Amino acid sequence: MNEQSRDENGIVLTEAQKRARRSRSIAIALALAALVVLFYVITLVKGPGMLVRPF
Amino acid sequence: MSLVSEGADYRGPIPASAGVAQAEPSLAEFRDYLALMKPRVMSLVVFTALVGLAVAPVSIHPAIAFTALLCIAVGAGASGALNMWYDADIDARMTRTARRPVPMGRVKPGEALAFGLTLSGFAVVVLGLLVNMLAAALLAFTIFFYVVIYTIGLKRWTSQNIVIGGAAGAFPPMIGWAAATGSLSLEPVLLFLIIFFWTPPHFWALALYRADDYARAGVPMLPVVKGDNATRWQILLHTFLLVPLGVAPWALGYAGRLYGATAVVTGAIMLVLAFQVFGERRPNDRAARNLFAFSILYLFLLFAVLLVERGFGGLIA
Repeated sequence: MNEQSRDENGIVLTEAQKRARRSRSIAIALALAALVVLFYVITLVKGPGMLVRPF
Repeated sequence: MSLVSEGADYRGPIPASAGVAQAEPSLAEFRDYLALMKPRVMSLVVFTALVGLAVAPVSIHPAIAFTALLCIAVGAGASGALNMWYDADIDARMTRTARRPVPMGRVKPGEALAFGLTLSGFAVVVLGLLVNMLAAALLAFTIFFYVVIYTIGLKRWTSQNIVIGGAAGAFPPMIGWAAATGSLSLEPVLLFLIIFFWTPPHFWALALYRADDYARAGVPMLPVVKGDNATRWQILLHTFLLVPLGVAPWALGYAGRLYGATAVVTGAIMLVLAFQVFGERRPNDRAARNLFAFSILYLFLLFAVLLVERGFGGLIA
């Protein structure tokens, strides 16, 4: 029988589902960190030009 | 054990309104999402965009160039994910694509859709904010063209699907050029045309020896709808249009002698292979396989030599 169950505590994940969720969470965290670094570096490179917008 | 059997097994009473089927926890891992982005297609897109960016007549800061290529890569990956979301039924019926994440059940269609839309939004917005608006607009149009015009519209509707749809794969050098210059000119349009006219012989060569696969999936590729002979004619015709376009950057002075020699020699080989396909009859398919394989090398060589001549060390004339 599958180890996942649904009771008054809600859905309990299987080990496979936990592994998959951890893998996705790490990927999202790394992507967000990369985005922060990217915006920081490009702001340094462009300086005040970062604020120039055509509209 | 199947992936489905590893999923939820709810033992308690479940209200009908709970929507458990939709809420079932996902088994998709990072590598499944990576597969959704079609990494091999993405690498070709990044390469052609890099050439467009490198041959542009202005210098660009490496960090901004990297950002542009990253956004183009993510945009291409988003297009791939949206394509796999919409085409899951076709993919499941074709040998070549049956092991993709959605038909295999590792990623749910809704997850692929959300992933593709999210990445599309991020790629376009970040490109617009950090590089320039023209490049972002071109990237947005490319994603729209590939997903809506090609995948949803043309692919299941006409045997000319890849002729028109090929434009989506031809845009990346223009996006790269626009990222560097903030404008467009004849040179990136020429790079666009090379890829645009390269696409039909490349995919029709594949379709010739995968016709049964496409027929089973109900995709109206040219060999399925018009037959092998009509396809061989069209391959020859488009190769005749492609080869002069391949030489054009040298003839118009945009590229040096090394590029010119490469374009002439590889173009001649493309023509020879197209003639061999023209003369081939089933069950033989060696010529079609050779043309498909060499067409990849052809495009790679043209763009690689252009990159070496113009991108690294200036024009070698």
